[in-house]
Amino acid sequence: MHATSKKSPLVWVVHISVVALVALWLFPTVGLFVSSFRTADQIANSGWWASLFTQERQAPAIRIEGAEEQVDGEFVIAGNLFEAGNVTISRWGTSSREPEAYEPDQVVDLGDGERLTVAENGAFRLSAPQSFGNSRLPRVFTTATRPPEFTLENYRFVLFDPNNREGMAKAFFNTLTVTIPATIIPIVIAAFAAYALAWMRFPGRSLLIAAVVGLLVVPLQLALIPLLKLHNDIGIGKGYLGVWLAHTGFGLPLAIYLLRNYMVGLPRDIIENARVDGATDFQIFVKIILPLSFPALASFAIFQFLWTWNDLLVALVFLIDSTGETTVMTKQIVELLGTRGGNWEILATSAFVSIAVPLVVFFAMQKYLVRGLLAGSVK
Amino acid sequence: MHPALQGLITIIVGVGGCVGYFYFSNQFLDRVLFPARGENAGRNINRANQIRPWLFMFPALFALGLYLAYPVFATFWLSLTDRDAGGAFVGLANYIQMAGEPKFWEAMSNNMLWLVIVPAFSTAFGLLAAQLTDRISWGGIAKSLIFMPMAISFVGAAVIWKLVYDTRPAGQDQIGILNAVWLAFDGGSFSVLFLKIVPLLLIAGFAVLMGLAIYQTLRPVLGREKGHGKSHWWAHVLRGVITIAALWMIWLSLGAIVSLFSATLPYGEPQTWLTIPFWNSIFLMVVLVWIQTGFAMVILSAALRGIPEETIEAAVIDGANPFQIFFKIKVPQIMSTIVVVWTTITIVVLKVFDIVFAMTNGQWETQVLANYMYDKLFRANDWGVGSASAMVIMLLVTPILVWNVYNARKETR
Repeated sequence: MHATSKKSPLVWVVHISVVALVALWLFPTVGLFVSSFRTADQIANSGWWASLFTQERQAPAIRIEGAEEQVDGEFVIAGNLFEAGNVTISRWGTSSREPEAYEPDQVVDLGDGERLTVAENGAFRLSAPQSFGNSRLPRVFTTATRPPEFTLENYRFVLFDPNNREGMAKAFFNTLTVTIPATIIPIVIAAFAAYALAWMRFPGRSLLIAAVVGLLVVPLQLALIPLLKLHNDIGIGKGYLGVWLAHTGFGLPLAIYLLRNYMVGLPRDIIENARVDGATDFQIFVKIILPLSFPALASFAIFQFLWTWNDLLVALVFLIDSTGETTVMTKQIVELLGTRGGNWEILATSAFVSIAVPLVVFFAMQKYLVRGLLAGSVK
Repeated sequence: MHPALQGLITIIVGVGGCVGYFYFSNQFLDRVLFPARGENAGRNINRANQIRPWLFMFPALFALGLYLAYPVFATFWLSLTDRDAGGAFVGLANYIQMAGEPKFWEAMSNNMLWLVIVPAFSTAFGLLAAQLTDRISWGGIAKSLIFMPMAISFVGAAVIWKLVYDTRPAGQDQIGILNAVWLAFDGGSFSVLFLKIVPLLLIAGFAVLMGLAIYQTLRPVLGREKGHGKSHWWAHVLRGVITIAALWMIWLSLGAIVSLFSATLPYGEPQTWLTIPFWNSIFLMVVLVWIQTGFAMVILSAALRGIPEETIEAAVIDGANPFQIFFKIKVPQIMSTIVVVWTTITIVVLKVFDIVFAMTNGQWETQVLANYMYDKLFRANDWGVGSASAMVIMLLVTPILVWNVYNARKETR
């Protein structure tokens, strides 16, 4: 801004405030993102912010297992408590009353001549003069420091596991099937109407423009019952066709409004010249107006894409029938919130699968989104 | 058939049908109906050009009429009929039944709270963010990060914030950040400062702001300023509504201050945030504020940049400090944009459904109108009362609708 404010000590306050604001705004999303790379156990036992650092904590009991071998007249079971490396045990124990009784490498007598030792890295050795047979082997409680540890297993399970009936793969394709036509169809329809409202002369034009502005704010809640009834009456029922039509109808006022405002601003000369040269309105529209209106078309396309991708209500009412074959991602997540409210690894991953695409679109095309917002709300 | 393939085919058919309509209808008009040749060529061209606008607009008008205009009337009619009685006209019976339901009034009062708190805080945070990020070199990045929640669905946001509000039993490690922070407070002077004094100041500040709003809206009426004599009757109505809403907010703020001081906070116990009446509504509103702030910031930032530099320079020369420049020079100049942002967010708030549906589903006194309507329509299958509540939403939107149309007419004329 202006030079004087650059020098003032306020600048530091400004920097710090913005850092705080951004951190505050980012924190919730980062939390879910980090959680989607953690196992169920990890999520349930510690906050996601702790997972970013090496942490020392008491792990749940691990029961020793493995095949016994005979070494020097003793029966021995040896192995490692942990699958992952980099774990450092500081204390361990064999009962829940004293989970931190022993030091690493200490040899402990468990009675009946059984001796157990656990090393710092989790390696254990259990020995006894007689065979263990089918008796229950001891449990080991450990207090260990673990480095940060993340996994892609959640994403594999949510996206690619064929046995997972609550997976997101199908819902992802369904959402895509809803979104793409529901974005393109209103653009085509609105572009023609916007051209007529911007560059053709006919009675009632300004009245129609006012009507479009009015319809901008009509809540779509009003449309639910009458249109569901209509869809059922004319045989569309619940399905893709219905949801495309609905999204088209609900998206049109904004589309027409944005596109008309943009097209009105195009230079009159170009269009007049083309008319003089004998071009028809259809040709003018396709060959001149459409290419020139690309920024406005892109703005609206992003809006409509985000809105249809993120929509829940319209899909619930017009698309998803009792079989649930056509479920979309938002509905799937709401369902998971109900049935798997505690399984944060699945919830977080599913949510991120659905959030990822809009985020990519958002960051790639932010310029157009901002432009559309400015054109759509500031007059 | 694979869903992707099925989707692709339907896309081609749908979009192809659309483009085909425009192409062939134009061809039909020019070649068959009014061909531009023969003895009537000139007259035919004129006729074709009279019809063409309607040809261009027909699909849009049809869809707008069917999907937005017709439902307003159909819903109004449904709200006057009883579905169980075969759609018989029952007058205002549905409205009377609705007015007798405590859940409806819960939804109404919650909605009013949403209507004031969400636009107010979104706009305030947006203005703050816009003003701050415009002054620093990495403001662009900061802006897109604050703007990012706009791209996240309400349902996704609900999941994100449910993790923030998550509760584990006492004794276990908390995995929700809010409880983790809460348990860091132990009731010492530090806790009193942050949980009593700071909120107190914030609420008091809010009340003062509301008082200021009342003063600003009533000033033209009270002070006999020239030039305001011929204001419309609806301007008085608007002033009345704003005053009443602001008075109500002050009343609520005072109540909140009293309860804040009388309350003994349960330090050291993890809270199930979404089940605490009143506060759970606030926690839901936080989600929407989080989403909408970016929108407000983007638009207000553009408006701030549009302010003529001379006005600011003049103020600097006159010795104004940065706060005076902001509140006395910049804010008054972007007032109309602030109003636009405010009303746009108001409309979003009125339609808010997904957040409540996904996070609490209206339990624990968090009901809002849109979710109440969904409950009535699709769970209780009571179309009459459901439509009546939809009409209430429409009624609340109407002032903004009229205002927008009025402005648009003024512009096109």
